[in-house]
Amino acid sequence: MQDEVILKVQNLTKQFGGVVAVEDVSFELRRGEFLGVIGPNGSGKTTLINLITGFVKPTSGKVIFQGKDITGKPPYQIAGYGISRSFQMVRAFHKLPAFKNLIVPLYSPRVKRLGGGKYGERDDVAINLLDDLGFERDSFVPYKVAGSLPHGYLKRLDLARCMALRPELLILDELFSGMAMSEVAATLPMIEKFNREGITIMMVEHRLKELFRVASRVLVMNFGRKIAEGPPKEAMAKEEVQKAYLGTEVEG
Amino acid sequence: MGEDIRYRRERIDRGIKARTDTIYFLSNFRDILYLLLPRVLPVALLLLLPFLLKGGYWEKVLFYSCIFALLALSWDFMASVGLVSLGQALFFGVGAYISGGLNHYFKMPLSLTLPIATLGGAFLCTILLVSVLRLRGVYFSMVTLILPLLFAHLIETLNILGGTHGLLSLRPFPSSWVAIYLAIFAVVFCLFGFRKLINEDFGLVLRGIRDDDRVVMAGGINIYWYKAQAIFIAGAVGCFAGALMTHYYQFVGRSAFALDYTILPLAGAVLGGPGSFAGATIGTFILVPLSEVLRALGGLRMALYGIILIAALVSLPEGLFHYITRKYHQFERDVRI
Amino acid sequence: MEILIYGITNSITLALMAIGFSLTFGISGLPNFAHGAFYLLGGILTWIFIHQLGLPFFFSAILSILVVGVLGFILYWGLMLRLRGLAINEVIATLAAAIVIIEVLRYLGFSGFTYVLPEFVKGSIPIGNVWLDYQRIILVGIGIALIIFLYLFTHRTRIGLAFRAIAQNERTAISLGIDSDWTAALSLAFGSALAVIAGLAILPLGSIDTEMGYDILIYALAVGIVGGLESVPGIVLASFILGFAQILVATFFKAQWLTVITLAAIIFILAIKPSGIFGKYKELEERV
Repeated sequence: MQDEVILKVQNLTKQFGGVVAVEDVSFELRRGEFLGVIGPNGSGKTTLINLITGFVKPTSGKVIFQGKDITGKPPYQIAGYGISRSFQMVRAFHKLPAFKNLIVPLYSPRVKRLGGGKYGERDDVAINLLDDLGFERDSFVPYKVAGSLPHGYLKRLDLARCMALRPELLILDELFSGMAMSEVAATLPMIEKFNREGITIMMVEHRLKELFRVASRVLVMNFGRKIAEGPPKEAMAKEEVQKAYLGTEVEG
Repeated sequence: MGEDIRYRRERIDRGIKARTDTIYFLSNFRDILYLLLPRVLPVALLLLLPFLLKGGYWEKVLFYSCIFALLALSWDFMASVGLVSLGQALFFGVGAYISGGLNHYFKMPLSLTLPIATLGGAFLCTILLVSVLRLRGVYFSMVTLILPLLFAHLIETLNILGGTHGLLSLRPFPSSWVAIYLAIFAVVFCLFGFRKLINEDFGLVLRGIRDDDRVVMAGGINIYWYKAQAIFIAGAVGCFAGALMTHYYQFVGRSAFALDYTILPLAGAVLGGPGSFAGATIGTFILVPLSEVLRALGGLRMALYGIILIAALVSLPEGLFHYITRKYHQFERDVRI
Repeated sequence: MEILIYGITNSITLALMAIGFSLTFGISGLPNFAHGAFYLLGGILTWIFIHQLGLPFFFSAILSILVVGVLGFILYWGLMLRLRGLAINEVIATLAAAIVIIEVLRYLGFSGFTYVLPEFVKGSIPIGNVWLDYQRIILVGIGIALIIFLYLFTHRTRIGLAFRAIAQNERTAISLGIDSDWTAALSLAFGSALAVIAGLAILPLGSIDTEMGYDILIYALAVGIVGGLESVPGIVLASFILGFAQILVATFFKAQWLTVITLAAIIFILAIKPSGIFGKYKELEERV
């Protein structure tokens, strides 16, 4: 079970006009793994996520999820297969109460198929989910309009939205950016818990210290190319990686 | 002279509403009345109006108001999914021609033409618009604007479906009571039905598509499928309005695709306040009788709608309905300082 | 030969109708639904200047181009500025403005055979076996000249470059000191003026009819939808496709099939490539 390859990315390339945002990236992800993706700004990490989740169509290359070729499929279909992604910039339905934000994924065919969230039950499911992520059920927080919540809560709301889809692969795009230290400290164990429960996680992050604590393997990108892959310490020891990160403090 | 008590007027925006919003068990008669009155009173009035008017000219105006209100509701429903239509006339015309054609060529009775026109017309419109759903914003509006105008050209130049003369002497309603109550019930049904639907889970998905379609897609939901459903619902309402009008007039012509059926519902919805459905209804129920009063202006009426539209957009962007609700829930009191 | 000549004139006519709309939309993203109304207004103003005020033709033409251009500018500062950013309201407001202009003109009765604009040069010459009037030749000349001028204008001049900068990225352009409102207003003014130029070239071929206000808008939109709204090459290509298709149909079938062809072309294009042949209107290909 541990060895089953859940996601296989083969020679993925994306050009925006003359700019090559992602160039010939290949990697594999096994079920239950926790992969960290790091790299300087503009190295193509978000584009890589967009390519995997179908928000951007690749110029060439293949994405295979659970043995199925999902290259170029529309985002909702890919989400339906069980890949859930968070957004780097906060995206929420600002006019709706926080818990109502989760109704959308709970309404999806995938969740229906998995037998969760029938009519009239979705509100409860949503509030339970939020409660797990630190929106206390008995406080007013889950019922407040999303637009009035602070940034850290919105980030966690996004995480809750991903989890509402009952994903098999969770892709997090700089979840911790803009979060306070205490919030990061509170959120990290939750993600670890999801991982222990069997959800494969791919996490793009700039906070290396936190990431290395949880990630079993990292993938380093620079200028759209994969420059290193392996356990955090080995990957960071590579000369190319050191060069890319020159000037930032590197752990280990 | 000695007492130095001053009062400051304080305005509270959500007076009783704040109390009643989350309380499900209302025991206070005043509170019940407070909530029910604005809903029941207009509906009751609408149902009574045909009796009060006793046929004649103003009953016709009431009927027109209902037809345009249906179109405005259909526009508002699409707008709440983020699809800004400039072609309610498309729905209206398609519905009108289907029911007219079925009645004229196949001699079908009303009990058949109305449902077929409603569902078949909605289906046809959905097929026509389905390819545009991939695009956001203005593009959709442009396509909806030109489709009805092109259809009008098509009927004229190909001389099909009666050509420029239209289809005459169609079967009328058994009595004008049937027509008017069908229209009124349709308006009430759509108004409250849409208001309910948009707050259901299905409606949340639709509003989600308007606010941020990417999040909805990331949630594993096929947005095009839901947009198509929304168009089907809106199309059914618009086509039903067209079919009603056809049998009321006993005539259908190219004018069914005219800009009137786009611009008046649009003006009504914008004036009343988009997004609430009640606003669209109120707006048309103001505009249609107003335009009848101003019949003397003739062709200038269209220009007037344009001016009302612009004025409403600039000076009252929230719309009449939101303004009225705010005022209804607002109260003032004196506070000692 | 006939088909070739009529096809070219017809295509250039379509391109002339569409180019102002596409210019404004391409630069400021403003859908100027009052395009057809301005076209009509320009024609009628010229007629008034010539017949009521007795001004010479050339002077009247320049004057009405200026007047409508200024009107477009005012439309932006007076109305669009208050609604900017709300795509719904922009669309509704320009359409409302169009309706006000067209319906008032209709009410005043500016329609019919009395309202004819003079041709630039009277007469016609034979090309091959076809008699082609000078007006159509001039029209083709104006059309080609405008397209070239627009290309040079947007690629060579300062304002033109500012226009393109705004079209590409409004925020960056603002931060580099380009006033986006000013350029948007100018783009609306230019688009409106182009509508009048098109009107002055096309209208002498027939009489003025207020219904044109809507028809021109339909044609401009049809060409824009087929070609891709904001792309000038797309507009030119789409005009030639639609123009020749119409002429072919008119020669081999019946003239009535013209609108059918337009409708069919639109539906066909929408089905295969919704953003038009050269459209860059991206569906999903943006960075998230």
